[in-house]
Amino acid sequence: MKPELHPIDDIQAALDGEGDNLPESDVPPHTPLLEVRGLGKRYGGVTALQGINATVNSGEVTCVLGDNGAGKSTLIKILSGVVSYDQGQYLVAGKRVKFSSPRQALDRGIATVFQDLAVVPLMSIWRNFFLGSEPTRGFWPFRRLDVEHAQDVTVAELARFGLDVQDPHQPVGTLSGGERQCVAIARAVYFGARVLILDEPTASLGVKQAGMVIRHVVQARERGLGVIFITHNPRHAYPVGDRFIMLNHGAMVANVTREDIDLNDLTQLMSGGADLDELAHEVQEHHRGPAGAWKPG
Amino acid sequence: MTAATTSARVPVTPGRSPVLRALSRPELGSVIGAVVIAAFFATQTDQFATSAGIANVLDVTATLGIMAVAVALLMIGGEFDLSAGVLTASTGLVTALLVDQLGVNIWEGIAWSLLFALTVGFLNGILVTRTRLPSFIVTLGTFFALQGVNVGVTKQLTDTVQVGGVDDAQGYAAARAVFASAATIGDGEFRVAILWWIVVAVLATLLLVRTKFGNWIFASGGAPASARSVGVPVGRTKILLFMTTATAAWLVGTISVVRLTSVQANVGLGEEFNYIIAAVIGGCLLTGGVGSAIGASIGALIYGMTQQGIVFAQWDNDWFPLFLGGMLLAAVLINTVVVRRRAEDSPG
Repeated sequence: MKPELHPIDDIQAALDGEGDNLPESDVPPHTPLLEVRGLGKRYGGVTALQGINATVNSGEVTCVLGDNGAGKSTLIKILSGVVSYDQGQYLVAGKRVKFSSPRQALDRGIATVFQDLAVVPLMSIWRNFFLGSEPTRGFWPFRRLDVEHAQDVTVAELARFGLDVQDPHQPVGTLSGGERQCVAIARAVYFGARVLILDEPTASLGVKQAGMVIRHVVQARERGLGVIFITHNPRHAYPVGDRFIMLNHGAMVANVTREDIDLNDLTQLMSGGADLDELAHEVQEHHRGPAGAWKPG
Repeated sequence: MTAATTSARVPVTPGRSPVLRALSRPELGSVIGAVVIAAFFATQTDQFATSAGIANVLDVTATLGIMAVAVALLMIGGEFDLSAGVLTASTGLVTALLVDQLGVNIWEGIAWSLLFALTVGFLNGILVTRTRLPSFIVTLGTFFALQGVNVGVTKQLTDTVQVGGVDDAQGYAAARAVFASAATIGDGEFRVAILWWIVVAVLATLLLVRTKFGNWIFASGGAPASARSVGVPVGRTKILLFMTTATAAWLVGTISVVRLTSVQANVGLGEEFNYIIAAVIGGCLLTGGVGSAIGASIGALIYGMTQQGIVFAQWDNDWFPLFLGGMLLAAVLINTVVVRRRAEDSPG
């Protein structure tokens, strides 16, 4: 079953006909994978995050929206095991967890693709794909990388995401920004991630590249993953999101499903509604005033 | 498979062709440099292209090569070790003092010396990874500390700045066979250190390109934060690399103490820069993430050929550092350009 997609600009075009060739996940759709209750974090005397309640289900995309400094990155760091929380609960598959490293989160099926930190640019595509989980064969001290297997898997897995890699030895640095994100996403999916956290994957990309990344988000969802998509761009979030969590000053200001909201409301909410109205009003005031008012001095 | 999915599969942004990529390998410049230098001295001097001449060059190159390979691994991992040169003296002194003062078997002395080296390497590594200070500063500290200990302890125990009598130790003959024997081919005396160098270079190459740990070395130096986020133990990798350079320093210190049967407390000073120079000439990037053991070996070979070539040509040896400085600058420039072309010309 494919959820209906709302037409938004070029991104819609990129979404058409995707995800049909991907296998079903072993987790039934809409099963809770990860849950936080009253989650909070303080840095010294500063509250970075408080009172976050959210559930991430399989086969759904949960978008986390908020302006810079809203607490998005703190939330992501907690979920991915980079930092620990000090209030509330964090449950994975119903069990309370407190991670002390990204490795522990990975072992529980929570993979994170950090903005700008997705790959090692000077290393080849296949080395990046298997970095941290390299396949080996033989016995110590003759244990060595299974290079052929690694290269074959890399080419095959990227092909499933629609990327045709001719030469797995190509340095990742020569790929486009969207393609690099794709390598990181395909890697997380291949290594059995149940939850995929994408930290601002479209932030520094152009429209076409962003469309490509969003297509991969849909593909990951079609494969039954619970996707957490962090962005400050509601136009990127809305076409793929099933649920939208809005953060502002470290607190959760909204947690709504797609049925409850349309793009305009989302944009409005996102940019701190009232502030934007005020700004629009001020701009109008300026236009109405005498031309001389614009002159400096 | 539907038509839509087939048509949706797009080729990735193409990289450089494999041929162009081979041409942009950082070792290439050093290989060309080595060939040019070898050809120059072979035609300009009578001794260079003889068995004795080659043995002479390789004698200088071998111990430098062992260190350059280990330092290259560390540099690929993104760190420096300025204490490596002085540590070659420290390890030799540990062996010599144990043998001379306590009369232990030389193999026992060599084993304690290895333990000492591993401890120094571990301390360097833990200090760098825990404090997050630049390794340049941390190992500069170790460098001075070891330098002080070398001379201080030696003077305390022997009233001189030299420890000798290693050849009187039990087991010396066997140690000499392993660390300091030589084979005569033609009229050249080829040292066993050359074999050690080749073994170290081959093992390091296999480690780098064919093992999990090698992958982690490149990632730890190339993009430590990315590496950490996919579960690479960056700190542990770096600590092990510092222990590797320390182990190489132990090997070179042992080769030297067994061969000379004595150690001066102040040897090894300044050598650390030669290791780094050889690694950089061989294509190691100062910022980490790029380099090779073969390149570092060729860098050491360039050093050795030039040093001995100048002697053979009967030039004034004082000019050697000028050549070294020029070579280093050229290598850094070439490496930077090559790497920039390799990874940063991507669109979007």
